[in-house]
Amino acid sequence: MSEQITFTIDGKQCTAEKGDTIVAAAKKNGVYIPTLCDFEGLKPAATCRVCTVKVNGAPTTACSATVSQGVEIESNTEEITNIRKAVVEMMFVEGNHFCPACEKSGSCDLQALCYKYQMMVPRYDFTFPRKELDATSPKLLIEKNRCILCKRCVRSSITTNGKSLFAVAKRGNKTVIQMDKTLAADLSEEQAKEAMELCPVGAILKKETGFVTPIGQRKYDAAPIGSDIESNA
Amino acid sequence: MSKPVVATASLAGCFGCHMSILDIDERILDLIELVEFNKSPVDDIKTFTKQCDIGIIEGGCCNSENVHNLKDFRKNCNILISLGECAIMGGLPAMRNGIPIKECIEEAYLDGPTVADCNEKKILPNDDEIPMILDRVYPCHEIVKIDYFLPGCPPRADLIWNAVAALVTGGELALPYEVVKFD
Repeated sequence: MSEQITFTIDGKQCTAEKGDTIVAAAKKNGVYIPTLCDFEGLKPAATCRVCTVKVNGAPTTACSATVSQGVEIESNTEEITNIRKAVVEMMFVEGNHFCPACEKSGSCDLQALCYKYQMMVPRYDFTFPRKELDATSPKLLIEKNRCILCKRCVRSSITTNGKSLFAVAKRGNKTVIQMDKTLAADLSEEQAKEAMELCPVGAILKKETGFVTPIGQRKYDAAPIGSDIESNA
Repeated sequence: MSKPVVATASLAGCFGCHMSILDIDERILDLIELVEFNKSPVDDIKTFTKQCDIGIIEGGCCNSENVHNLKDFRKNCNILISLGECAIMGGLPAMRNGIPIKECIEEAYLDGPTVADCNEKKILPNDDEIPMILDRVYPCHEIVKIDYFLPGCPPRADLIWNAVAALVTGGELALPYEVVKFD
């Protein structure tokens, strides 16, 4: 059995195993730290910064940093909450998040965080980007204007022969996710479903499945994101 | 003391937000006890007849008339509220943002599948009576100062009710999870 360590989150005494990421350690103790780019089974990338916490006073990303003995972590403070809300708002205005017209609405992690932080209006100006929509795959639709560049899809190898279906192209504010058209042509139903479920927003969609779940029964209709973790406190 | 005066308008919206105002159901009887309506599609008063306390705006600004109306509301209302996704971020009309206006107009009047064969003279509407379309759809707060924002498509009736009641009575605005939604 690995070594148990103790630490605090917002003054609460917590225990976890040495080597746990702060997000995982917090989860074990019933504390929800919001994440977007983090996904179970994938190596942390720390691209979205929404999991920002302060460890002994220094800001860091809780998905990539591991917890150590005796550290004091700040998570749900007014300052950190404001930083997270700002990050969420920034991602929201950088894309075209027309929620009423999006297939992922109600089950979208970005939208759920907007709800959690009660974003009535983003503090930043909308950018209204115009990026190309890729509908070439028979099974997948890629709406790049909704992509938050979390790279979950790039980090996971969806195809079985070791080739990656998704890759990053271009740089700076022109950065986009590209889909390998040859691999995309032969995707199975399960692989297409897996790709859609990997995406925290409505950028990767499985065709012919939009709006299947009625309003009221979607993932975040009734309970805020993270409430399942917080109920274990 | 006279009742607070409310005015409402639908700019580049679908009137869904106004439907949601009506969706407060029997509380509409409480509402007319609480406030008096001035310029609004609800009572069909077309022009401001006095200074209003609360202006509620549905829809963003897609043409010159929307901008004119919005500025008129700002001038005549002490508190201005953006109601719904279109007022807050342009909403569905703003899906044309990022597409050059020339492309939009040509698709709508010359090249679109439903118009390609019936506009032989290639006429683009250009009458002085028609408001000038803007280069893109603007959220209301990019045109005038907006005091409060109530998201939703449409905003939940409970959200509208809670907000108006809180403003009028001076109470705290209740924001349970179920009422702040973007769709």
